[in-house]
Amino acid sequence: MEKTLYTVIVFSENRPGLLNQVSIIFSRRQLNIESLTVSASSIEGVHKFTITVNADEEEIDKVVKQIEKRIDVLKAYYYTDDEVIYQEVALYKVDTDSILESDEIEQLVRKYNARFLEITRTFSVIEMTGHTDEIKELYYALDKFGVKQYARSGRIAITKSTSELLSKFLSDREEEAKG
Amino acid sequence: MSQSQISGSQALMRAFVAEGVETIFGYPGGAIMPVYDALYDFHDKMRHILVRHEQGAVHAAQGYSRVTGKTGVVIVTSGPAATNVITGVADAMIDSTPMVVVCGQVVASLLATDAFQETDVVGITQPITKWSYQIRSAAEIPWAVARAFYIAREGRPGPVVLDLTKNAQIELMNFHYEPCTFIRSFIPTPPIDEQAVSDAAALINQAKKPFALVGQGVILGNAENELLAMLEKAQIPAAWTLLGLSAMPTDHPLNKGMLGMHGNYACNIKTNECDVLIAIGMRFDDRVTSKLATYAKQAKVIHFDIDIAEINKNVKADVAVLGNSKETIAAVTKQLQPARHDEWIASFDSYAKIEHDEVIKEEVDPSTPDIKMGEVIRKVSEVTGHKAICVTDVGQNQMMGARYFQFSQTRSMVTSGGLGTMGFGLPAAIGAKIGAPHRTVCLFCGDGGIQMTIQELGTILQENIGVKIIVLNNHFLGMVRQWQEMFFDERYSFTNMKNPDFVALAKAYGIHGKSVSTHEELDQAIAEMVSNDDAYLLEVQIEPKGMVLPMVPAGADITDVRLK
Repeated sequence: MEKTLYTVIVFSENRPGLLNQVSIIFSRRQLNIESLTVSASSIEGVHKFTITVNADEEEIDKVVKQIEKRIDVLKAYYYTDDEVIYQEVALYKVDTDSILESDEIEQLVRKYNARFLEITRTFSVIEMTGHTDEIKELYYALDKFGVKQYARSGRIAITKSTSELLSKFLSDREEEAKG
Repeated sequence: MSQSQISGSQALMRAFVAEGVETIFGYPGGAIMPVYDALYDFHDKMRHILVRHEQGAVHAAQGYSRVTGKTGVVIVTSGPAATNVITGVADAMIDSTPMVVVCGQVVASLLATDAFQETDVVGITQPITKWSYQIRSAAEIPWAVARAFYIAREGRPGPVVLDLTKNAQIELMNFHYEPCTFIRSFIPTPPIDEQAVSDAAALINQAKKPFALVGQGVILGNAENELLAMLEKAQIPAAWTLLGLSAMPTDHPLNKGMLGMHGNYACNIKTNECDVLIAIGMRFDDRVTSKLATYAKQAKVIHFDIDIAEINKNVKADVAVLGNSKETIAAVTKQLQPARHDEWIASFDSYAKIEHDEVIKEEVDPSTPDIKMGEVIRKVSEVTGHKAICVTDVGQNQMMGARYFQFSQTRSMVTSGGLGTMGFGLPAAIGAKIGAPHRTVCLFCGDGGIQMTIQELGTILQENIGVKIIVLNNHFLGMVRQWQEMFFDERYSFTNMKNPDFVALAKAYGIHGKSVSTHEELDQAIAEMVSNDDAYLLEVQIEPKGMVLPMVPAGADITDVRLK
């Protein structure tokens, strides 16, 4: 079946061991996690996992159900790229000399809406936010001048949907707890 | 509640009492000693069964839970004891058995130092539990225990492991206990969707050839009566999975037998002929469906389950009825019109007759001097009036038990279905007898499986547990031997067993027993075995090359039933 890059968003209670519980659900099915970002969410005490993975829809549906089955997981959803606004950040370290030698790097920084984070006598750090492909493109362009170090984050994403599913879930649950 | 301070261990005991725990299966050791010390003062409130190996404790707790519906409770120490319970925990997970397992753990300050008898219990058990939690301070105990019982029991049941550090067992705390009734992130029973209920009812009402597949979900939901009401109202023939067995009486006219690899001929054939397949509390295991690509493709599928993750996992459902089986079955039944499907129901008979003539007749009433497995099981079932609890080990004994034992009441079959754990039988039978002391508990096991946990004869000795142990001895690992004969050119690679004198072994543990090898001796020995409530070991020398038939070879179409 056709593989698609899915963004899986998981909201969980903030308890130790959740990352392992979530990740083994992928590994048991030999699904390779492309990127993974875990951080506190906008709701206090709720953690958010953003995971990208190549899978077919049947597979990802089963995975998300299994994730949601874990006791401390609040909700899990999956999205295709057209359903989310997403972004990654990358850092590139280059020799300051190569910036000074020509204006090509400066032009690349302008073209990709990147920026200089840090400039020292010996090295400079460029930051770019964008999608995976753009970030890779800039890497190859910069690498002509020698990229000393390169670091990329995982994806973070926000849904385009007009209803905020998690907030609704939490308020429904609060009602049920009272009721 | 008293506000005076008590130790974490005492808190654990009080929490158990508050949860209604009556029986604990366990084995003491270094990192759980404070708990055992506290238990000493609670022996009048809770019965502790000292097993001979921690694996025995979990399987016994499983047997206890299966026959009572209560949550099985296990206490063991850290390290090797915790790893010894893993098999049973995994078994309980795949067979949805509610269980709370408390493992001792080294003091919190020694965690992750490779301390003596330390192992990463939470890390090991996460994939095979509903919930696994490390308690590092006494103050957490009431909360964690309340949550553990709630999680183990509610929704689709399963095992919970509590990893209890030694310092938490010793520390003092103010005890206050509140049972858990709500966890924000855990919705145990999905709300009933009225649309799904009426869609399901409409499909059944239109069906000409409906067929119900009954799984353990009916038993776990205490929905046996609701199931019968539904089947009878719309005259739906039914077949059961291994774990659904005993949910309806064997002799009910709508009960058509078992599904799957060693199921009944008609049930497997009719799976691919029915027009509406009604799956209730079952998970379309590969041993039930065989090849999915050709499984019930002609039928509309209605899937009743409490666990949404089971929907469309193996077989796509046209209608999914989520919720507790007791409620969902009743809700659908209300919308059913009384119907008759006489011709469809009668169409099972010709296959049943073929199976009876070619397989069953000779198996239960052999024409040759050799004793057959099916014969032993059917005789024991008859002598106990089909009222006994049937416990099996895994392999031929299990399939024969499922095929030939007959049931008149629910919660009467205890077997390791999903995991297929050899060695499950003896300790599970002990737990079953403790859970149902007034019923006869008959264990059928092979000469291989019983030796995997045979040390539990010591538990029988110590606790005087009246289990009837029937060892079907063919001096082979019979099921593997059967596959070697059928699929591996009769190359009997390491399946022949040289066995001890089982009767002498039983005698060493103070258990009466007899070994028989003729049909007449068998009848006499069974009568002797059931003449009182004591433990008994009956070794039956059965034909060495017996086979479980019919058989659908693994991965074949479910209709590819081999009768020979």
